[in-house]
Amino acid sequence: MADTPTINKKIIVIGGGPAGLAAALEAHRSGIEPDEILIIERDKELGGILNQCIHAGFGLHFFGEELTGPEYSGRFIEMVKEAGIGYLTGAMALGVSADREVTFVSPETGYVTAKAGAIVLAMGCRERTRGAIGIPGTRPQGVFTAGTAQRYVNIEGILPGRRIVILGSGDIGLIMARRLTLEGAKVLCVCEIMPYSSGLARNIAQCLNDFGIPLYLSHTVTEIRGKNRVEGVVISQVDENRKPIPGTERYIECDTLLLSVGLIPENELSRAAGVQLDDVTGGPIVDQYLQTSIPGVFACGNVLQVHDLVDYVTREAFSAGRSAANYVLGKAGLYDGARVIPTLPGEGLRYVVPQRIVIPENEPVGEVHLFYRSTATYRDVKVVVSAGGEVLRTLRRKIVTPGEMENCILTAEITEKLRAGAGELRVDIVRE
Amino acid sequence: MTYDVLIVGGGITGCMTAYRLSGYKLRVALAEAADDVAMGATKANSAIVHAGYDAVPGTLKAKFNVAGCAEMPELARLLDVPYKNCGSLVCAFSEEEMPVLQELIERGEKNGVPGLEIVSGERAREIEPTLSDNVYAALWAPTAGIVCPYELCIAAGEVAAQNGCDFYFDFPVERIKMAEGRLVAVSHGREIAARFVVNAAGVYAAELARASGEEDFPVDIIPRRGEYALLDKGKGPRVRRVVFACPSERGKGILVSPTVDGNVIVGPNAHRVDSGDDTSVTSEGLEEVFAGGKKLVPGVSSRDMITSFAGVRATPSTGDFYVKPSERIPGLLHLVGIESPGLASSPALSHAAVKLLGEMGLALEENPDAKMTRPPKIRFRLLRASEKNELIKRDPSYGRIVCRCETITEGEILDAIRRPLGARDLDMVKRRVRAGMGRCQGGFCSPRVAEILSKELGIPLGDVTKKGRGSEIVPRDSESDGELGG
Ligand SMILES: Cc1cc2nc3c(=O)[nH]c(=O)nc-3n(C[C@H](O)[C@H](O)[C@H](O)COP(=O)(O)OP(=O)(O)OC[C@H]3O[C@@H](n4cnc5c(N)ncnc54)[C@H](O)[C@@H]3O)c2cc1C
Ligand SMILES: Cc1cc2nc3c(=O)[nH]c(=O)nc-3n(C[C@H](O)[C@H](O)[C@H](O)COP(=O)(O)OP(=O)(O)OC[C@H]3O[C@@H](n4cnc5c(N)ncnc54)[C@H](O)[C@@H]3O)c2cc1C
Repeated sequence: MADTPTINKKIIVIGGGPAGLAAALEAHRSGIEPDEILIIERDKELGGILNQCIHAGFGLHFFGEELTGPEYSGRFIEMVKEAGIGYLTGAMALGVSADREVTFVSPETGYVTAKAGAIVLAMGCRERTRGAIGIPGTRPQGVFTAGTAQRYVNIEGILPGRRIVILGSGDIGLIMARRLTLEGAKVLCVCEIMPYSSGLARNIAQCLNDFGIPLYLSHTVTEIRGKNRVEGVVISQVDENRKPIPGTERYIECDTLLLSVGLIPENELSRAAGVQLDDVTGGPIVDQYLQTSIPGVFACGNVLQVHDLVDYVTREAFSAGRSAANYVLGKAGLYDGARVIPTLPGEGLRYVVPQRIVIPENEPVGEVHLFYRSTATYRDVKVVVSAGGEVLRTLRRKIVTPGEMENCILTAEITEKLRAGAGELRVDIVRE
Repeated sequence: MTYDVLIVGGGITGCMTAYRLSGYKLRVALAEAADDVAMGATKANSAIVHAGYDAVPGTLKAKFNVAGCAEMPELARLLDVPYKNCGSLVCAFSEEEMPVLQELIERGEKNGVPGLEIVSGERAREIEPTLSDNVYAALWAPTAGIVCPYELCIAAGEVAAQNGCDFYFDFPVERIKMAEGRLVAVSHGREIAARFVVNAAGVYAAELARASGEEDFPVDIIPRRGEYALLDKGKGPRVRRVVFACPSERGKGILVSPTVDGNVIVGPNAHRVDSGDDTSVTSEGLEEVFAGGKKLVPGVSSRDMITSFAGVRATPSTGDFYVKPSERIPGLLHLVGIESPGLASSPALSHAAVKLLGEMGLALEENPDAKMTRPPKIRFRLLRASEKNELIKRDPSYGRIVCRCETITEGEILDAIRRPLGARDLDMVKRRVRAGMGRCQGGFCSPRVAEILSKELGIPLGDVTKKGRGSEIVPRDSESDGELGG
């Protein structure tokens, strides 16, 4: 468009959360000048969702100590600033095109088109809302997503409810159960439609059990009542197909319903650009370099797959940043592999990321880090990674749950075996 | 003070009448029970500007619908409200249903609807490619359209306010009484006096007539709820025309339609409810809605639903709109039983109301100073890049996106708050600029919009409401009323 100001950058990172920050840092470390990198962040500050997570529990793997969310992201923000890497806050990316143009807008810059050598998608995810899960009833004040409530409590310092029911046992919901209780609210119960919690075991122990908050598994909210403010909700038990069982309805008086019913990777921009998405993860389909179906466009963090632990986000983002730098520096040969091997979720798994492994012709395949989630809870099992019938790796696991993302590293030595073999790589859960 | 005219009810019927009257040298007021206009049926309906083939020839419905449909494009332009002339299809699924189409086309021709045509299923699928293969034939009505109903109502109210009409919100009129040659609307100890009163109280209009002393009021209002599902933009089938099934004795039935904002709407069912306020949504209702929608457009799916809502029809026992001066109370004009096609009819119904008031003795002298157009709204997302940049240079608040799903800027939200009939709560902002109406349903923007409201209104963030008193973000303690319990 002729009437838009245009700028050029080697690497544009969309999103300034932990993923975007780490990707930008690593791109710089891999040889890109700091002023040739631009992080576009729509919030007033860098740091992403961690800015409102003031509880401790971040960075155990990465820094070897327990940090709060803002402390964790603060360390990366410092490093980004020290390195002189370019960033804009209050800037919303509105469009990404397949030829790597990003349009964004901010009060300071106006409406700008930026041409990029490579793009890193790091937009994070958003929370699923009431409408998306279709809870019947009235539409009063007092139905919040857990993240919105978290923002009200932790950033704005207000308590948006006194008697609270939480639907969904995702981590944010669990953490908010504790936070709201400590702030003086009464959390009446947490309802979870599945027969298991999708949250981390440590959060169930520390956020519910320690405060005597009941967790009702196989339960859901079937009606919201109240005109201006929530006056109560009806909860029901559900059957194996997650359908409410008539006769099990129970009315609970409350003024607030918090929803922690899942996170959706924020891929509107990716979809509009034509990036191929995975129906299961909701994120782009990537290879081991975290490159999407569009050459030069990479993805990491929650926009790629919903993570439980920020440490893995950081690691994934380093890898994406490095790949983006390599792409810009002309090591594109890496990505034009002659052959692509799909990675398939086998028995007991919902998905595997990356979804494909590229076999470069003149370079080693290199180390590949696989992430996956199970379909249900399994105890005393083996996770078996195989290709064309040959077992590449076996991990013994005491317990595998859908709430905790699992991962496994295939060393460069192992992945070289893929070159000779045919077909696909698969990961299965096998009972001992 | 005595107003010349007081309108009771700020739905499309009341606001459009206020808009017309505001063009004359008159002191006009409007009393509304809720905290905003467009809070009744006007905010939850199918949004269709019907062509006018449904109504029985000779009825007021037929007359006002056809004239309203003809005027709507120009009116929408004057009021800067989104309108689209997309046409509508009534689908028959078998030879047995052909007589229904035949009857509709005959009615339509008698009512003076232009361009009606019965087309084959194949031709219907050319007009609307998402249509089911089972559609056998259809009635094509090229003059039908869609409009944003609450925005039309808000815009009409805004222009009326700009021309000096006074709006009284949170003013539920209990009854109209006669006093010394004037009429007085009474609401919990508060009163508004006027020479003429227009009863446009929607589903409560007959009740108001009776409470005011017309025990033998000839119309009963039967509240009938209709539930809807709204689907995400860019997902599922891209429906471009309004698609109906053949009407039955229960009404026009479940339809599938685009909205002016690019979503797809499916609904409504029709069930009698006890209260005119019962706009709750049920899971059985939504199942019914999707089943009906799928029959017409197989691609619609509950997976793409971003929200659901319901509206209550003010169905008159007599079958037609009741537009008449009161037989008992001189100076009172009834606009009662305004069910569908009340929205499509509103441009013509409001002309008729003004004319009747004239006949009842209201002096109608045009006011040359009145402006009948709404100052245009800036819709950032629709501007060209160069316009965006000029705008941001002039006012940087237009460079700050607050609602990510609908691309709504801070500048637009500030404008919605500062205009006449400005927004004072989250839902008012939502109806005026769409912040919070997208796929994330305000998950992202509502705390941000609340912050803007808190600053603009000068109130603590916790006191910002979703929909007026009693819907504060921080729930009010019933005993200490607002004090945070420690
Ligand atoms: C509430 C919560 C609690 C958690 N608790 C823990 C915990 O206890 N321990 C732990 O280790 N991990 C925890 N996690 C997980 C971990 O923190 C997240 O996975 C991590 O923050 C994801 O980083 P990200 O950069 O991918 O996404 P985000 O942090 O969401 O960052 C994405 C950024 O992109 C920006 N953005 C998006 N779209 C655009 C656009 N179009 N234009 C410009 N900018 C855009 C957003 O504003 C945001 O700043 C938690 C996560 C959440 C949500
Ligand atoms: C499900 C459904 C689908 C429809 N689809 C269409 C369609 O596609 N096309 C079409 O043309 N029409 C349609 N209609 C009809 C259309 O919506 C209505 O005819 C129109 O909105 C009626 O407007 P109104 O102003 O008369 O009533 P309302 O919008 O209900 O307004 C009445 C107002 O009066 C206020 N009020 C009530 N009592 C009092 C009181 N005592 N004191 C003060 N204020 C009071 C209420 O709060 C309300 O704001 C549909 C209606 C429904 C319910």
